Amino acid sequence: MKALAWFSFLFGATFFILPLIGMAEFSLSMLRGVYSFEAYRVVLRDPAFQATFLYSVMMALGTIVLGIGLVVPTAYWVRLRLPQARPLIEFITLLPLVIPAIVIVYGYIRMFNTSSILPLTGSVTGTNILLLFGYTTLALPYMYRAVDTGLRTIDVGTLTEAAQSLGAGWVTILGRLILPNVLTAVLSGAFLTFAIVIGEFTMAALLNRPAFGPYMQLMGANRAYEPAALAVIAFGITWACMGLISVVGRLSKHTRAAR
Amino acid sequence: MRFQPLRWVGVLPFFAFSALFLIAPTLYIVINSFRSGVSAIEGANFWTLQNFRDLMTPSVINAYWVSIKISFFSAVLGCLIGFAMAAAVTFGQLPRVLKQPLLTFSGVASNFAGVPLAFAFIATIGPAGLITLWLRNEFGINLRVLGFNLLSTRGLVITYLFFQIPLMILIITPALEGLKREWREAAAILGATGAQYWRMVALPILFPSLLGTLALLFANSFGAVATAIALTGPSLNIAPILLYAQIRGDVLGSPNVGYALATGMIVITALANGLYIWLRTRSERWLK
Repeated sequence: MKALAWFSFLFGATFFILPLIGMAEFSLSMLRGVYSFEAYRVVLRDPAFQATFLYSVMMALGTIVLGIGLVVPTAYWVRLRLPQARPLIEFITLLPLVIPAIVIVYGYIRMFNTSSILPLTGSVTGTNILLLFGYTTLALPYMYRAVDTGLRTIDVGTLTEAAQSLGAGWVTILGRLILPNVLTAVLSGAFLTFAIVIGEFTMAALLNRPAFGPYMQLMGANRAYEPAALAVIAFGITWACMGLISVVGRLSKHTRAAR
Repeated sequence: MRFQPLRWVGVLPFFAFSALFLIAPTLYIVINSFRSGVSAIEGANFWTLQNFRDLMTPSVINAYWVSIKISFFSAVLGCLIGFAMAAAVTFGQLPRVLKQPLLTFSGVASNFAGVPLAFAFIATIGPAGLITLWLRNEFGINLRVLGFNLLSTRGLVITYLFFQIPLMILIITPALEGLKREWREAAAILGATGAQYWRMVALPILFPSLLGTLALLFANSFGAVATAIALTGPSLNIAPILLYAQIRGDVLGSPNVGYALATGMIVITALANGLYIWLRTRSERWLK
């Protein structure tokens, strides 16, 4: 039994570690015969890398802001006043996991084309907005679940009544009471969103936006060593996002008052 | 409770957003897959099943079939290996320190998909990858001669496992932890062996979770586009890549047949996800 457990653990661990070693080794081997950071140097200096990376970072930040603005008030209101809407809203937030992203963006391209009522794909700004909305739908399941879990730990009703008796309006309640209280949950949703958006390929490629995902794909089709360096960078970003989630989660335990 | 319209105003932005940018685009695709489209000859746009009939060419059927096979094998293998690893750290008497790192790593790896994942595997077992070269130089084993090619369906299955196994671990570990010690003890008192306990108590309780996760993993890899394109380019004939090519350049020759292709994909992922959600509510009865 114990031997079997060790075997399956080591088998799986090997499977996970080998590709990571492979990409790390490959990314260091651009110069023949010696290990060097040449591939990273080339990638980081590439103006296309800088532009697309910056674009995707901005997109990720925009998605996070829009996602928070959309999800926090909704989840709060459902908890406070509209529990009967919960199953419906939960169902909608799960839809992006059911409908492949490629189908959603296909719908965008056809619905918001230049001859439609809302011709978003007709201009660069419009397409950027459309991509931002697309990413927000992709992030919806993670964002909503994170925020809803956060709201579960606080007494929404009492907090709201207390704030209202002190004369707070809805904006104050949401911005200065609810949001700080669920900040941990919101941040973990935000980091997950960042990890998903930064390297997203399908939506950006089909909407022809210069994002990091299509850039990586282009490099993969044309270069040998740079893609491995990009993979290491992308893995590092994913790892950092997940690390930040657990750091934030740990910090919040200390800030909670003793009962 | 009385219907109070004012209360629904608070969730209006959410409904407006999801209606406009999630539900309407999807419905647009689904509805138009049953429409003829405005043709130059007939001019009218009428309801029809012709798009689905036109879709049934050997090449498209093959694309769906290869996709289903890839998703199925990567889901089954992901379930088996993920279950073995989760069981190993949960009750395999391994050092306790291994468990948390494995779960943390699974969180990272299950989100490490798309283009960079393909790069990692190309650098490892691709034509000039680390392991490929190592096997050839040290042992004289040529993977290509043995019939292994990363840029194939089998290669895709192996690559997908990198996010399938971690997802399985993340979902099944809480379920394994939900198995109560008392059940095992009760079974032992009644004279059950370890194998009997697993066969007659633990596995029936876990069965809905296992089957549900299998369905989820299936859907998870069925809709994956980026990894496949980065790995094999636009040439491999699988459903998501075919749809990608259709959106880019109308390879099927009719936009409405393209909608039918997309609708077919929604049906398959919706069935798999529906199965997952249904089975998860069933498994929650026992594993609370």
